[in-house]
Amino acid sequence: MPSVVVWITSTVTACRKWAKSRISPRHLRETHHQATEKRLLRRTNLVGMPPDTHIPRRPLLSSNSLWRMKSYLRPYVLRLSLIWLMAIVGIGAAISLPLVIERVIDGPVAHGDTGALLPLGLLAAGVGALEALLIFLRRWAQVKPVLGLETAIRNDLYAHLQRLPMGFHGDWQSGQLLSRATTDLSTIRRFLGFGMLFLVMNILQLITVTVLLLNKYWPLGLLVLASAVPIIWTSLRFEKRYIKVSRQVQDEQGDLATLVEESAIGIRTIKAFGRRHHVYDRYDDAALKVYGTSMDKVRLSARFFSFLEIIPNITLALVLLLGALAVGTGALTLGALVAFTTLMLQLVWPIASLGYILAMAQEAMTSADRVMEVLDTVPAIKDGATDTIDEPRGHLRLEGVGFRFADSDEPVLHDVWLDVRPGETVAVVGATGAGKTTLTALVPRLIDPTSGRVTIDGHDIRDLDLATLRSIVATAFEEPTLFSMSVRENLMLGRADATEEELAAAVETAQAQFVYDLPWGLDTRIGEQGLSLSGGQRQRLALARAVLSKPRILVLDDTLSALDVETEALVEEALRHVLRDATGIVVAHRASTVLLADKVALLRGGTITHVGRHDELLAKVPEYRELLAQDADLDDAAEGALR
Amino acid sequence: MTTTTQEAKPSASSWRGVASEDQDELSEKVSVLLRARSRRLLGDLLRPYRKKIALLVTIIVISNAAALSIPLLVAIGIDEGIPPIRKGGDPTVLLTVVGVILAAAVTQALTRQAFLRLAGTIGQSILLELRRRVFDHFQRLSLSFHEKYTSGRVISRLTSDVESIAELVQSGFDALVKALLTMLGTAVLLLAMDLHLGLVALVPIPLLLLFTRWFRRQSTLVYRRTRETVALVIVHFVESMTGIRAVQAFRRERRNQEIFEQLNDDYRGANARSMQIGATFMTGVKLIGNLTIGGVLLYGGYLAIHGEVLIGVLTAFLLYLRQFYEPMQEVSQFYNTLQSAGAALEKLSGVLEEQPGVPEPREPEALPGGRARGKVRFDGVTFAYVAEMPILPRLDLTIPAGQSVALVGATGAGKTTLAKLISRFYDPTDGRVLLDGVDLRGLDEQTLRQAVVMVTQENFLFSGTVADNIRFGRPDATDHQVREAAKAIGAHEFISALPDGYDTEVGKRGGRMSAGQRQLVAFARAFLADPAVLILDEATSSLDVPSERLVQRALRTILADRTALIIAHRLSTVEIADRVLVMDRGRIVEDGPPAQLIAASGRFAGLHQAWLDSLSQS
Repeated sequence: MPSVVVWITSTVTACRKWAKSRISPRHLRETHHQATEKRLLRRTNLVGMPPDTHIPRRPLLSSNSLWRMKSYLRPYVLRLSLIWLMAIVGIGAAISLPLVIERVIDGPVAHGDTGALLPLGLLAAGVGALEALLIFLRRWAQVKPVLGLETAIRNDLYAHLQRLPMGFHGDWQSGQLLSRATTDLSTIRRFLGFGMLFLVMNILQLITVTVLLLNKYWPLGLLVLASAVPIIWTSLRFEKRYIKVSRQVQDEQGDLATLVEESAIGIRTIKAFGRRHHVYDRYDDAALKVYGTSMDKVRLSARFFSFLEIIPNITLALVLLLGALAVGTGALTLGALVAFTTLMLQLVWPIASLGYILAMAQEAMTSADRVMEVLDTVPAIKDGATDTIDEPRGHLRLEGVGFRFADSDEPVLHDVWLDVRPGETVAVVGATGAGKTTLTALVPRLIDPTSGRVTIDGHDIRDLDLATLRSIVATAFEEPTLFSMSVRENLMLGRADATEEELAAAVETAQAQFVYDLPWGLDTRIGEQGLSLSGGQRQRLALARAVLSKPRILVLDDTLSALDVETEALVEEALRHVLRDATGIVVAHRASTVLLADKVALLRGGTITHVGRHDELLAKVPEYRELLAQDADLDDAAEGALR
Repeated sequence: MTTTTQEAKPSASSWRGVASEDQDELSEKVSVLLRARSRRLLGDLLRPYRKKIALLVTIIVISNAAALSIPLLVAIGIDEGIPPIRKGGDPTVLLTVVGVILAAAVTQALTRQAFLRLAGTIGQSILLELRRRVFDHFQRLSLSFHEKYTSGRVISRLTSDVESIAELVQSGFDALVKALLTMLGTAVLLLAMDLHLGLVALVPIPLLLLFTRWFRRQSTLVYRRTRETVALVIVHFVESMTGIRAVQAFRRERRNQEIFEQLNDDYRGANARSMQIGATFMTGVKLIGNLTIGGVLLYGGYLAIHGEVLIGVLTAFLLYLRQFYEPMQEVSQFYNTLQSAGAALEKLSGVLEEQPGVPEPREPEALPGGRARGKVRFDGVTFAYVAEMPILPRLDLTIPAGQSVALVGATGAGKTTLAKLISRFYDPTDGRVLLDGVDLRGLDEQTLRQAVVMVTQENFLFSGTVADNIRFGRPDATDHQVREAAKAIGAHEFISALPDGYDTEVGKRGGRMSAGQRQLVAFARAFLADPAVLILDEATSSLDVPSERLVQRALRTILADRTALIIAHRLSTVEIADRVLVMDRGRIVEDGPPAQLIAASGRFAGLHQAWLDSLSQS
């Protein structure tokens, strides 16, 4: 029955395709989600950020991080075992389908037995349906644990990042963190969800088939085994180089994106100097580089994939030749030869895909390390929680406070002594870089001093519960951070329980009545993804936010700098009322703002050199005069004078 | 994301608030069928490769034929090669077949490699061409376009959109072609072997097409949903991290976590749906395939028993059938890639059809004497962004070469518009702007930009060294000239104090330098460019008091022998000008030397008095 051979041989080709459709280099390439994430990264203002290819160093047992993530799979243990079971049974069904077909042809068809045709034919259809059903069930069952793992880790990562202090966030770009929360987690998801399953299934299949082959006819078995060697070797080597060149393409695309970003944002400068060609040449160099590296990638894959196809085909020809000769001498039966070729071809893809899966595992481990690197960072600012203040009065003292960044020798602040009595307001004045913002960040413990201490009502703030401390202190920053949320949500950032009246009062204090005129009033989305506001409007919202949280200590970090003269006067008037009750720290550049304060502290060279009333300092301290006796702002004056 | 329907109910997502979304980005018509302009662009890009594409098609057909022939050859080897050996040991037939298989294998490998390389080359070349074309076009488009279009969208056109096309070129195209050809080849083979049985085997195709249509629709919806949800996750994540100071200072962590988990869960839901649809489709195709095999087995077996079909044919049928259905799954995987590449191409072709609002002259005129002297004249100039609301009603103004003119006026008086007209960022709606008697519209870009340079408040520094940034003003300047320019401006001192002096890499967007230092570099750049006309549009407003004093000293050097238009922010700047123009609603209401205007009792005098008052107040 020689023609039986024909179909078995080609069944095997089909098997090969089967395996290939499951595990292919595509699984290593980007999935659609990842591509989408990347695109969005660009859209969310992280454009041009070089891809974060940082790999944390972990000398010992690099699988450790990945292994530690197993606890996230714990809720799904039962479901996972079912999935594994279905996978194994599914493979069995897939292998037995050709066997059933063989029986049909060897049996009923060969012998003209119509009666046996129907049950066997139905059996074949049944096995086929079972195979499809098992895959279907397995893949549906996989959804929950795979996504559950990813979602849970992402939630934990986010929670942890919110706990980590400013110092940490200063060192890490948000893009780096984002790539851990998205790309790395997807990589881990793909390996734990799919890669691992295939790894085990492939190894199982490999062992079974190898044993079968050697058992059937060992000389040919050895030949097949020998042919596996170059495939494994090449695919491992290919993976390494492929990953390397892929990373390089990614890096170069990052460089290209930086140039794009510059050309878009700096378009006025480029136009002003007529440097279109200059900029184009720079871009073109980078684009050519991307082209060159992409071509390397193309050539590499072209070589590898054609190699991967030629080896099995050559082996097939050799097996046919030697096998046929063996059949001629009677060393091998025809049926055995047919089975042999079938089995042999079943080996090709599990072997070749081992390379991919191992590379995938490696990537997942690196990703796990990167995620764990963040999760393992211990918050440098610890919640005190040993001390509470029941009725805070707002007596703020800085006692010999110093601050130095970890990577710098020069302290930003040193020996700062300041006493602000309850209800008193101090203006902090100093040149750019004098350390004003650092000083304001110390009060709500966004950073901790490296020497000395800060106290409120006599309590070291490091002993206080962070939530308590931050309800006592509210800050309006110079660069107001607005989130892509409704105005209301932005204002109620510090006090989710504020009433409408309180909200209205805060809006009025900050002279932010413009919010009622926005298209959807307080429900209008503002921020990056919503309506854009002017600098002055943003500052007024930040101020309203700080006022709304009714703090005992109000810190205003140059909050009024972007307001025009008229609005500033109104805001200052309203602030006077607020500051009458609260303790205030006001960073100021303009004389008018300084006048809000009861006294002024002059910050020079990282320490407070003078404390006194505005007119005293103006009269006595030349540096102070230098800082505050500035020019009139013509635009503002013009608004008034010309109308 | 239709905002109206979403926001009607105050749901769990009411924290987001309401906004009118950028329609262009979100309501993109997702369609694989390309619109005319996309097709034009695609045709345009492919045209140079016509011959290569023809070659590519030949190669892929040969490659596929070779691949499809191997199973058949093995069968022949066994059917025809073994019997002679058994009989008399004559291996000729066997050897011939093995030889042909080897040849087919080699042919297949070689053609496959050639295909991958050729397809890769064409794809990458097109990508390069597209990048170049779009980038160059953006650079040609006038400022009015860029102000409307925003940099964010320019960036996403050139990065994410080009990348979605790259993705198709890199991974989708090869698999797509291969899958389609395999299916086609197999179908032809089946019908050729036995028309009757072949037709039976292909019966499920309509069902398959319906199923594919279902999948495509679902997948479009889910794809969009995934993108929307992941966008929200990313935005919330990034904003929380960049605004961590406010988050922590206002104890926002808990509420943030609630929101994030909600968003993350929505994303999970969208992802789950996407995985489920994928699983359903793939296994559905598999089921149809397997059932067809069962059916063909039964029907073919029946025919074979009655001698109407050869067993060899039946068996070959069953085997080729298996590989007929697999490619369907491949194609489905690339549907999204195809879809987003189509949308990207649509947007890019839209950009490429934009025309520059300030076109280059066909036949450039030359400046008298070959070099600009700097006489600027506005001749009956009217300008309006919107037709009925002219910013400049009708302006006649002559600035003699070498004069420094300060422009003063309230916001919206038209100062910046005047500056933009002189630097030809815009063309006047009516009238002419002349440089040394030549209409600006008649000057080519090179000549104009050499003669007129504008420095704005926005002091953009490009990545690269400080020296590179100064040299941007004149790319062929020597190191010495760069230093001289910096010295003239008073920037040499701080630049020398930087870690690597002039070779210090400026951080991202000049991050490591203060605003004042960046502005000094921008001034040095303009000084090095040495234009006949220099426009300073509020160029000193971002400086603090000490740096501004430094710049003002430098300004005297820069402005000497040069026509200058200074949009002034502070009165001290005005004082160094030869002439002051006070503008109000697009008209010049006062004109004269500063001292003369102060002596008179006009608006400028009033302004000056107000300034004096404010000084004494503090």
